[in-house]
Amino acid sequence: MKLTVNGADYALDVEPEMPLLWVLRDELGITGPKYGCGIAQCGACTVHIDGMAVRSCSVEVGAVDGEVTTIEGLGTRESLHAVQAAWIEHQVAQCGYCQSGQIMAAASFLEMNSEPTDEDIDAAMSANLCRCGTYPRIRAAVKTAAAKLNGA
Amino acid sequence: MGRLKTIGRRAFLVGSTAVVGGVAFGFYLYKKPVENPLLADLGSDEAALTPYVKIDAEGVTLITPRADKGQGAYSVQAAMIAEELDVELDRIRVDPGVPSPAYWNRALADEAVPFAATDQGAMATAARGTVGAVMKIMGMQVTGGSSTVADGFEKLRIAGAVARETLKAAAAQKTGVAVASLRSQGGAVILPDGTEIPYQELAADASRIEPVTEVVLRQPEQWRLIGKPMLRVDTVAKSTGTLDYGIDAKLDGMVHAAVVLNPRQGGVLSGYDASAAKDMRGVKKIVPVTGGVGVIADNTWRAFQAAAAVECDWGPAVFAPEMADHWAELEQAFDTDPDSRGRDEGDVENTLGQTPLTSEYRAPYLAHAPLEPINAVVLIKDGRVDVWTGTQVPRFTQNNVAAIAGVEPEQVHIHAQMMGGSFGHRLEDEVARRCTELAMEMKGVPVKLTFSREQDFSHDYLRPAAIARMRGAVEGGTVKALDLAVSAPSVLTSQMAERQGMPMPGPDSSISQALWDQPYGIENYRVTAHRAQNMAPVSSWRSVGASQNAFFHEGFLSELITAAGGDQLEQRIALCTDDVSRRVLETVGEMSDWGRELGPDRGRGVAFCMSFGTPVAEVVELTNTPDGIRIDNVFVATDVGRVIDPVNFENLVQGGVVFGLGHAMNCEITISDGGIEQTNFHEYEGMRLYQCPQITVKALEHNSRIRGIGEPPVPPAAPALASAIFDATGVRLREMPFNKFVDFL
Ligand code: FES
Ligand code: FES
Repeated sequence: MKLTVNGADYALDVEPEMPLLWVLRDELGITGPKYGCGIAQCGACTVHIDGMAVRSCSVEVGAVDGEVTTIEGLGTRESLHAVQAAWIEHQVAQCGYCQSGQIMAAASFLEMNSEPTDEDIDAAMSANLCRCGTYPRIRAAVKTAAAKLNGA
Repeated sequence: MGRLKTIGRRAFLVGSTAVVGGVAFGFYLYKKPVENPLLADLGSDEAALTPYVKIDAEGVTLITPRADKGQGAYSVQAAMIAEELDVELDRIRVDPGVPSPAYWNRALADEAVPFAATDQGAMATAARGTVGAVMKIMGMQVTGGSSTVADGFEKLRIAGAVARETLKAAAAQKTGVAVASLRSQGGAVILPDGTEIPYQELAADASRIEPVTEVVLRQPEQWRLIGKPMLRVDTVAKSTGTLDYGIDAKLDGMVHAAVVLNPRQGGVLSGYDASAAKDMRGVKKIVPVTGGVGVIADNTWRAFQAAAAVECDWGPAVFAPEMADHWAELEQAFDTDPDSRGRDEGDVENTLGQTPLTSEYRAPYLAHAPLEPINAVVLIKDGRVDVWTGTQVPRFTQNNVAAIAGVEPEQVHIHAQMMGGSFGHRLEDEVARRCTELAMEMKGVPVKLTFSREQDFSHDYLRPAAIARMRGAVEGGTVKALDLAVSAPSVLTSQMAERQGMPMPGPDSSISQALWDQPYGIENYRVTAHRAQNMAPVSSWRSVGASQNAFFHEGFLSELITAAGGDQLEQRIALCTDDVSRRVLETVGEMSDWGRELGPDRGRGVAFCMSFGTPVAEVVELTNTPDGIRIDNVFVATDVGRVIDPVNFENLVQGGVVFGLGHAMNCEITISDGGIEQTNFHEYEGMRLYQCPQITVKALEHNSRIRGIGEPPVPPAAPALASAIFDATGVRLREMPFNKFVDFL
């Protein structure tokens, strides 16, 4: 089985029904995506497949038919994605455990909706749980990222 | 080696005297200094000037012994050291250090004595000192009780100042320039001609001289860091997915494990059949562990799958099997002798009159459910045990792991990991214990045990369920008598005595925490705590007893104020006996423009709670829409004496409000057949982003002592919400979660 993650190709020998999350974490050592619930409830495991945000805990690796991007592939310390830069500017993270997933959800959402209203942001970001309650800062950071992506 | 010995003798800090502007621990048994744990494995050109500062060729490392579970503890501790040491936060490393008695937590001891936080009298102060001495002797290196800043504010700044002055003395000796004409800045000593000598180059010299222990701490107007917005040391890593939590630990040759434990929590494993599981792909070993079965495999998912395929025969429930039994236990406890009577003023019985107002309030069990499920890695090799885990109690874990592995505690090396939340769960260490049992079966191989979310829920140690029975009377527009009785299981007994083997004689003040110690002056005022038995095992949950008791106290106080025909805020201000708290209440009134017209279908409520010495007042404003209640605004005023980092402070307060509101809205843990019924977040939702109100925070700085903020914002949230719901709908909520009675958007 072949898988492309963050631009690199991997040949895998795993059960096709293994969730993508555990392939990334335990087979490839890519641990930015987190395990929080395993049943598509929390969003901590969010990654992109061809730019679309998905719950990697609930996608079987055998069903992946596009390029996978994890938080590690979105941007790096040296070249931050606009969403990551906004997350740093607003210091969103407390424990930070949900934030890989939050950032991946926001990046994909802003790709599709570049001028979101407050309601759009609330709807798009409510599927990701933050037990630390960083929601006020997530809202603010998404707005900042949207403005930056629009060249404002 | 001679050098190390000399420094060892002078491992000062705790127990040092003559620290101008700082603490002078003096006259108790704990005068004897503790060994500086950094000296044990120091290279020849490294210096460990205090237990908190280590300098080597690579640079400066600040030791931040209080665990970081997301609250920014590493940053805030580093900032307090860096302020005096003159290093920049982006140029240093932080390290949680090793478990050591040097890092005992004094502020936590302050909460363990039966004196209200506002009581600075001689008796109260002396008692805190004695408990502090005991904690020091036992080396209680615990992160909890919102005590990191309270405990560290003097200690860590002194550590920074001592290190700085010692480095300057070393520079003076080396260059022949008088100390008085040396400055320090940016991690270097600066000579009058502008030459900079980096601290690293002075480390070896500094280690050969007597540390300078007479230091003057800087005045607030001189602070560069404290009180100003700072970039937390972990923000960039947490925004780029590059921060490794315990669950991300990677070791050569590591295997992955899962457990399936008796769903009747604490029950035994009577037998099991692993025949279906043992041949599943990747499975290496299936072994019994305490209360269940462990599966060791080459991948976490495979371990989860195989664990689910093991057929287990479970022993019976060890506590009352059904939730109804638990409520009955709580009710029965009211008929038993009180565990404590924290307050008894005036003559309650004779002033309640013939027809007192009476109310019964209830709070359910709750789970901690940090987003990172609990996990640990243990490697046992050649008589040495290494443990990588997130923990708030490293010393306990060290002892517990040692007992299982059959080694001395010194052979157990704890590598504290960053935590994806805790809310109190990491005060427990069952995952490290189970993982050690598994690692005993795989000597020489690192074993990572990850609890599935379902195991994490079903084996959590819970926030106590509790019942309050309250009576009160009003007269002349105000509260004349208040009689509060509460019944709950004891956290101290369950957590510390039963699970950590530390005897906890006497009453458990957490049963009536935030009931007996509130700064209200009510003429006839009585608080009685009853200890319920045969309940589920319970634990400290963010804000401990205050998490349910503030709802009881403030909820019933609201009922009385309504009955007296008073204004909720004005009455609280009038009853308040503590100046700092009164200002907090007044401030939240100003922030929210209390009393302004809100419009149709809207309501507001206020609640106050003093917990861990921090007074917090919250106003909730909401709208009763046709689709359910929408929380619009929350205003929070508080006073911790001194805010170290305003950005992180605001984030923690907002998060505490979200935590308090979310659990009050829709969370409960229920028991059936001796086990926890909820298995995952679909049954324990908390607040989602779209439900989150605007949260406005204001911090005052009048508190005479420095206090923490991790927990205190939680308790007032539920009663302020209940009061606002009453204001908008006329429905009085006396039981959590509220979604049993009203709908939320
Ligand atoms: S771990 Fe995938 S949604 Fe929670
Ligand atoms: S920051 Fe901790 S769960 Fe979101």
